[in-house]
Amino acid sequence: MIKIEHVNKIYTQGKKKIYALRDINLSIPKGAIFGVIGSSGAGKSTLIRCVNLLERPSSGAVIVDDIDLTQLSHKDLTLARRKLGMIFQHFNLLSSRTVFANVAFPLELAGEPQEKINARVNELLKLVGLEDKVQQYPANLSGGQKQRVAIARALATSPKVLLCDEATSALDPATTKSILVLLKRINKELGITILIITHEMDVVKNICSEVAIIGDGELVEKGSISDIFAHPKTQLAKEFIHSTLDLSIPDEYAEKLSAEKSADNHPLVRLEFTGNTVNAPIISEISQKYQVAFSILSADMDYAGGMKFGIMLAKIIGESEATQQAIESLYAHKVQVEVLGYVD
Amino acid sequence: MWIESLTSWWTANQRLTFLLLEALWDTIVMVGVSGFVGFLFGIPFGVLLHLTKKNGLMENKHFNRYFGAIINAGRSIPFIILLVAIIPFTRLLVGSSIGTSAAIVPLAVAAIPFIARMVEGALLEVPSGLVEAAIAMGATTRQIVWKVLLPEALPGILNVATITLVTLVGYSAMAGTVGGGGLGDVGIRYGYQRFDGTVMAITVVILIVLVQLIQSIGDHFVKRFDYR
Repeated sequence: MIKIEHVNKIYTQGKKKIYALRDINLSIPKGAIFGVIGSSGAGKSTLIRCVNLLERPSSGAVIVDDIDLTQLSHKDLTLARRKLGMIFQHFNLLSSRTVFANVAFPLELAGEPQEKINARVNELLKLVGLEDKVQQYPANLSGGQKQRVAIARALATSPKVLLCDEATSALDPATTKSILVLLKRINKELGITILIITHEMDVVKNICSEVAIIGDGELVEKGSISDIFAHPKTQLAKEFIHSTLDLSIPDEYAEKLSAEKSADNHPLVRLEFTGNTVNAPIISEISQKYQVAFSILSADMDYAGGMKFGIMLAKIIGESEATQQAIESLYAHKVQVEVLGYVD
Repeated sequence: MWIESLTSWWTANQRLTFLLLEALWDTIVMVGVSGFVGFLFGIPFGVLLHLTKKNGLMENKHFNRYFGAIINAGRSIPFIILLVAIIPFTRLLVGSSIGTSAAIVPLAVAAIPFIARMVEGALLEVPSGLVEAAIAMGATTRQIVWKVLLPEALPGILNVATITLVTLVGYSAMAGTVGGGGLGDVGIRYGYQRFDGTVMAITVVILIVLVQLIQSIGDHFVKRFDYR
């Protein structure tokens, strides 16, 4: 549905060339929810803005629905953009227009007759659950409601693609979740291809089927969510996965933690489960086999792209030799083990 | 005590009362018409300045620079000089170089660059994200101007209108130089040239009330159309 081919975006600052995007290649299949994740300044916003040519790539092709947008005339591009909906971090609603008139805006631009506009706007406001806010002004709405209006507006012209530029970054976690649920529903019911740009791994984990990781203007890794979560290849990918599963050692333990092993202390370990390791009852098996006890401090198991993965902080209690064997056995089961230190 | 003197003066000077009323009307006409003409040209000029700016929708460095220079030149000329300097132009336009309609021409000419710069400022206040969203929705430049920039900047533009009208009331005092009439003219002729302090005080009071009125009505409309 969307093909990004050899896209470069270069800014010149004096005589210096700055690569905002460097040879980006992406192919987003029809009906997918595709995520692009990167930290701020990585070029992800530039990338999504290149898809509808809000920023023109310095070189390369942006092909949407078999049409290379970079080759279109100004007039044709304006028309092509009506088939590409977009929502933004700061909603960008027109403050001088009511909710109704905001959603009607793209239809007015396309010159639709008033009866058609009325019917379509009411249908859309129903879809996003804002039938009761029709005559309100955006200033009186909450962030989540504003983004719903923006979504309704983006869908007004029945686009084939919805571009989401940090669409949930200004929202609280609960509202983020409700917006993601709405996006997922839109994807399913209307069959719209969705491209999401975000810095939050949670967003990707929640709704994307595929993800690309961007850093310093380059695409460092891409694949299905389950692949990336199960076998992250790059450091950047690992960092993003850790950001969604962050377990730090409780202060109480951190104070008591010693680097030296002795007769009456036990190893404190961080276990990382990825891919298929999670499905087997490894902890119970090892516990029984080596006569050790796992005292779990904290654990976070999650589910993304049909794949379970997780992280756990635990103290392994048992005879010194047995605990060592237990750790080796965990390694053998492809669980990543990190011994953080020893506590009593 | 000066209020007493004012009221006693008022009853004793019926003729002057009519003179003042006529002057008030002249001021309103001069300010109203020149303001209207000023906006007729000032708003499009302000939009043009905004659009041709760097990173604007119709970026044009040369046009923006030269047009901006002309606007600045218009704003630099002291009104009293402008008034006299454009007399040939005034005569060409309204057929006479004296009278109320002759004063309207320089007032409007002075108002146009003033309004253009202020409208440009008001348009700058419209968040760039809104324009970007409109472009992403496939809006043409004309649609962006009419459906995004102007409606979103409306409170700012109404504020510009208020400031402009108040400024024009001040400028109109100088219109007497070309026999334009108006309150300022009466104030100068009677107060300054004939040492009649009372008439001057009355004109000043009427001017204060007029300016207050313009400001209140302006503020009301700014508030009425501000949904931000």
